[in-house]
Amino acid sequence: MIEQLPCLVVIVTLISALVAAASGWLNKQYPFIIATSALTFSASASLILLFKIAGGLTISYHMAGWPPPIGIEYRIDGLSALVIAAIQIVALINIPVSKSYMNKNLKNKDAPFYGLYLLFITGLTGIVATGDAFNLYVLLEISSLTGYALIGMGNTRSPLAALNYLFIGSIGATFYLLGVGYIYIKTGTLNMAEIHTMLAPIANNSTILMAFALCVGGILTKAAFFPMNGWLPSAYASAPNGSIGIIAPLTTKVMVYVILRLGLSVFGQDIALGNMNLSMLMVNFAAIAIIFSSFKILYHTKIKRILSYIIIMEVAYMIGGFFTGNKDAMTGASIHVINDAAMTLCMFIAAGAITSKFLDDDIRNFKGLFKKMPFTAIGFIGGALAIIGIPPTCGFFSKWYLLKGSIEAHQFFFAASLIFSSFINAIVFFKIIEYGFFSEDHGHHHIEVDGIEEAGINVIIPLLLSLVIIIGLGLMTGKIVGNYISILI
Amino acid sequence: MNIWNFILSHFNYWAYIILMFIGLYGMIIKNNLIKKIIGMSIFQSAIILFYISTAVKLKGGIPILKTGGHGSFGHNPINIAEYMNPIPHVLMLTAIVVSVATLGVALALAIKIYRNYETLEEDEIREKISTEYFSEN
Repeated sequence: MIEQLPCLVVIVTLISALVAAASGWLNKQYPFIIATSALTFSASASLILLFKIAGGLTISYHMAGWPPPIGIEYRIDGLSALVIAAIQIVALINIPVSKSYMNKNLKNKDAPFYGLYLLFITGLTGIVATGDAFNLYVLLEISSLTGYALIGMGNTRSPLAALNYLFIGSIGATFYLLGVGYIYIKTGTLNMAEIHTMLAPIANNSTILMAFALCVGGILTKAAFFPMNGWLPSAYASAPNGSIGIIAPLTTKVMVYVILRLGLSVFGQDIALGNMNLSMLMVNFAAIAIIFSSFKILYHTKIKRILSYIIIMEVAYMIGGFFTGNKDAMTGASIHVINDAAMTLCMFIAAGAITSKFLDDDIRNFKGLFKKMPFTAIGFIGGALAIIGIPPTCGFFSKWYLLKGSIEAHQFFFAASLIFSSFINAIVFFKIIEYGFFSEDHGHHHIEVDGIEEAGINVIIPLLLSLVIIIGLGLMTGKIVGNYISILI
Repeated sequence: MNIWNFILSHFNYWAYIILMFIGLYGMIIKNNLIKKIIGMSIFQSAIILFYISTAVKLKGGIPILKTGGHGSFGHNPINIAEYMNPIPHVLMLTAIVVSVATLGVALALAIKIYRNYETLEEDEIREKISTEYFSEN
């Protein structure tokens, strides 16, 4: 049983997705029950994998018993075990939240929604687990297509946002496919470990550099790295509250994981970071992205737009950290993948609770709102502190690693942009908290707050749970880095 | 090197790059959503053609074993020059399925957009969205 876990963690949600979509014909409650039990199973499987792998073990699973160069290999090491656990736990925490929005936002479409939900998680988990470059493309498209559908289920504006996301997403995925084609021409294999050994002697070949540029460029498009970020805010702002809780925390973070995987174990650090000019360019682009999104969050007043630009900012942190290229910065980038998933989950659950009760998403109208929704306020403030980077929360530790690494590598522009963005985040969140607690009329049209009551129990408990995870991840940073990440980098 | 020879010897790459940019042009420049979807389809087909062209061998047949039992090099050695590389074909079967699924989702979203706004021209939709936005606030 244990040695089958790398496969089971993907296949159980895949099969349950089909069963859940079909079971809606029998009873309206079955899809939710099937989705919850499947995710409970695969979340516990991912945690078992995580504990088994601690200390530098790597599990290689051969699909259908075919050994790697011919068959598809699933390969779990420290980083992938961490990201799989993050994906499964985020999905499990968000599922009661999505159920509570089912009547309002999702028009009671339980069966298709939970089918898509499970397929989305299958795709993301598969991307992280697989050791095959082409298999990654297929799973990438599974998660993207279900993501477009989950976004398109929202309000009247969401189909157009989802379609624009689909165009950009297909361009990104197709560029990745093209890059894989170039690798295949040059090496004749698609297995990541084998590509790595075969590329080492021909590192300076122009075909390989082109393949690297195409793969990384394609994935960066899907990760909404600055200048390719246009699709993200409108898609995330119009997505339904039930599905944004998995799409926003997971999609971009898994794409950053793919960049880390490509850089560390497919092309290798010699190709990915060997070219100083390229690394400098990427780090400076990341710094520009951080400053750009800092100004955007100051300018916007809609809560979900602000959170969307924060996602773009966090992606730039991780990409900049990876291309900085020393041990500390890359550790910071890796650990920020899971930390940011937890922070974004917390913020989007809180934002969903506010917008669904309040029916308005302009922060200037949040007057006295937090007094009416005290638990939501606790979750929101906790997530905000983590994004700003206040100590015991996890956001502080990953930002500390990034800052330390960038100063060691003399990337002062990037380091300065990290500190600058923290200040801007602090300004924006304290502004929201001020609007939320102190209800003075500033002249904007007044929306009645008196009728607002606290969100239901199946939103509050996941919210507080994600807050506990944020603090827990922060306190366990040393252990996570020691057991899972420092061995790989 | 003669430039004409360079173009001719890489003509499959030129073909896929030209197709790819026709597709990209359609996706970026065109105003009608259906034309954008057609552009996306051309773009994805270009990559499929690129993969398939890498599998071709001069005088290579379909990859079904003509002689030899288990592929041993004993009595009937397998001459790999006789067979085309099957792997790109198999990969592209999957990629075709993916691109058909993408097309399906895109068309479904286009139908939903048409029902909301009764047009598929992007500038008209944006106009309707902005008037809707200002009447709300």
